[in-house]
Amino acid sequence: MTDHSDVDAVTGKSTTGHEWDGIKELNTPLPRWWVISFYLTIVWSIGYWVVYPAWPLIQGNTTGVFGYSSRADVAVELANLEKVRGDKMVALGAASLADIEKDPALLALARAKGKTVFGDNCAPCHGSGGAGAKGYPNLNDDEWLWGGTLDQIMQTIQYGVRSGHAKTHEGQMLAFGKDGVLKGDEIVTVANYVRSLAGLPTRNGFDAAKGEKIFAENCVACHGDGGKGNQELGAPDLTDKIWLYGSDEASLVETISQGRAGVMPAWEGRLDPATVKAMAVYVHSLGGGK
Amino acid sequence: MNKTINPNELKPADDTGPLYAPRKKVYPQSVKGTFRRIKWGLMAFCLGVYYLLPFVRWNRGLGAPNQAVLIDLPNSRFYFFFIELWPQEVYYFTGLLIVAAVALFLMNSIGGRIWCGYLCPQTVWTDLFYAVERLIEGDRRERMKKDKSSDPMKLERISEIVLKHSIWLLIAWWTGGAWVLYFNDAPTLVKELLTFQAPMIAYIWIGILTATTYLLAGYMREQVCTYMCPWPRIQAALTDEWALNVTYRYDRGEKRTSVKKAAELRALGEHVGDCVDCYQCVAVCPTGIDIRNGPQMECIQCGLCIDACDNVMTKIGRPKRLIGYDNDINIQRRQEGKAPVYRIVRARTIVYSAIIAAVGGFMIYTLATRSLLDVNVLHDRNPVAVKLSDGSIRNAYTVRLLNKSGYDRVIAIDAHGPANATVHVIGVDSVTPDRPMIVIPRDSTSELRLLVTAPADNNPEKSIPVRFHVTDIGLGEVASATDNFVSP
Repeated sequence: MTDHSDVDAVTGKSTTGHEWDGIKELNTPLPRWWVISFYLTIVWSIGYWVVYPAWPLIQGNTTGVFGYSSRADVAVELANLEKVRGDKMVALGAASLADIEKDPALLALARAKGKTVFGDNCAPCHGSGGAGAKGYPNLNDDEWLWGGTLDQIMQTIQYGVRSGHAKTHEGQMLAFGKDGVLKGDEIVTVANYVRSLAGLPTRNGFDAAKGEKIFAENCVACHGDGGKGNQELGAPDLTDKIWLYGSDEASLVETISQGRAGVMPAWEGRLDPATVKAMAVYVHSLGGGK
Repeated sequence: MNKTINPNELKPADDTGPLYAPRKKVYPQSVKGTFRRIKWGLMAFCLGVYYLLPFVRWNRGLGAPNQAVLIDLPNSRFYFFFIELWPQEVYYFTGLLIVAAVALFLMNSIGGRIWCGYLCPQTVWTDLFYAVERLIEGDRRERMKKDKSSDPMKLERISEIVLKHSIWLLIAWWTGGAWVLYFNDAPTLVKELLTFQAPMIAYIWIGILTATTYLLAGYMREQVCTYMCPWPRIQAALTDEWALNVTYRYDRGEKRTSVKKAAELRALGEHVGDCVDCYQCVAVCPTGIDIRNGPQMECIQCGLCIDACDNVMTKIGRPKRLIGYDNDINIQRRQEGKAPVYRIVRARTIVYSAIIAAVGGFMIYTLATRSLLDVNVLHDRNPVAVKLSDGSIRNAYTVRLLNKSGYDRVIAIDAHGPANATVHVIGVDSVTPDRPMIVIPRDSTSELRLLVTAPADNNPEKSIPVRFHVTDIGLGEVASATDNFVSP
């Protein structure tokens, strides 16, 4: 209890008995209503403990008399949201890709939905904005291994690449070195030849004729005459400036000797058809769509 | 210090020293005078503005709300007469807060707590509630007597109490009601409220504000100022020695004697104070303090004690303003036989006025010349740049176009950045090459994905600025924004 016996000479008020550096603290009590308010907050907090989940226990927590849970609230809100969006998503699922492109409302919905779903499902490999990485195609540029029209993008998302799905895209870059088809110097030669196709500088003394011959015998089947690529097989265009695994000699040698077979999972079955459509529209709108 | 009288020694404050302080009910007496008239005038003005402003109309043309002051939350618009603010322009509220804060500082440095005494809603509504109480239950003495009466259950007394609280609640209810009118078209909302068609949130807010007005103005009164409001504490740090505050001029007032004794002593040529200890200043005080104890935190400086004292001084034939707007410097000067000095224009008041003028002037200028077409640009972060198959470099931007006008616009976008760069908006087929054109509906925004491509033979080596011009094809109005073009 404070000692009010000490009276401050200047003001004539009693002090709390506390003194710091010669300065005395005057006793200025709180008003009664505020003291009562303070006790009411204590009573309120007890009510709170009883009604709401409040006490952490070793496993879980006290649930409160009404079993209130903010997670349950969120679940209800999400369910309501889905209900509201349900009709629109049904319309999206029913419309063809061409129709979606023509209807501004559906297009806006598809892009917004696609962006969210892309972030949840595609961003781990393709990057948050579809920027890609080594081995994972950049979806903003204009080279498409399996085609860049709306329908082709949708097909790739639905069935995947080397995904094991019955309708998946198949085709792979063989491991010419590992399988003993080409020898070390042949690989270096053809790697330099490929660089010459793309207009990149080649190694001194590289035998272009030999490179062309090796390329014609081993690579043309998939990459086509002149290395222009083939979207049916997912064989990249070797004459442009975009390189999924790098265009330097070392990277090319590694690609030719080890082969490449990146996998994209099939999203059919994991995401509903309307969502897959939305994602195709979103990816197409990133800037690389044909 | 060559003070002749120490104000602290005048009358020691009453102090009982329990753990809590019981409420001492204040019964302010009615008073007539200059400051009371100013207070009535300001009260009528403030309440008039508050209650009637939502009904003032302002023609903004077809499709726009015609309410002069409207906070349109669903559409994210704020209307204040000729001013229309969008969420993008919310910094005007920062400006308004700066002006308001500095205006408080200025008031403080000139005339003390002018805000507290005359303009604060707590003061205005408490004053109004006191007026109602006085009208029904009578003035100070009667109210004190009625509260003390051992037989309060007489029908007459009960009807008085019921009437008082009914009128209080009516005022409180109308106060809450006026509040919600600022958030929707007032005449429509009044109709909806009366027919119980208004949204639930309107009734909830009316309920909350009815309760707070009734409680704060009817019961809490001066307790709000003394215990709840932070302003008295802040004010103490803002005031200075030149500020004019409601002051008891103890140099003139002391020593206090009765009228009779003062006359006798004066006849003998002795010095006597003008204060006759009539306690009128205490009786009229709405916070229940004695101003003669010197400046106090509880004092809201409403000036009613000045009126009360002036009335007494007039009656006893002494000069007015024994209590008046003054400061300690002048009391000292008078005691030393010097003339008082008043300095309204000081470094402090000049700086405050200059800040108010500068910020306010800048806000008015920018509002008056506000552009009705605007553009915000955000560069893609991932990827920042894309290399295309032919070796050209492309950057993508999210462009938000704002059409703040009341008509649809056809606008064209140009980008000035890397030489020979092309511009393309996703989903828009340009009629004019490299000048995408789109329509933005009135009073709305459009978000576009815009691509700028620099040809392979002209790849900028580093980041270079790119300027976007947005042109209204019809009116020629131009808005622009700058961002950067980067290479991978």
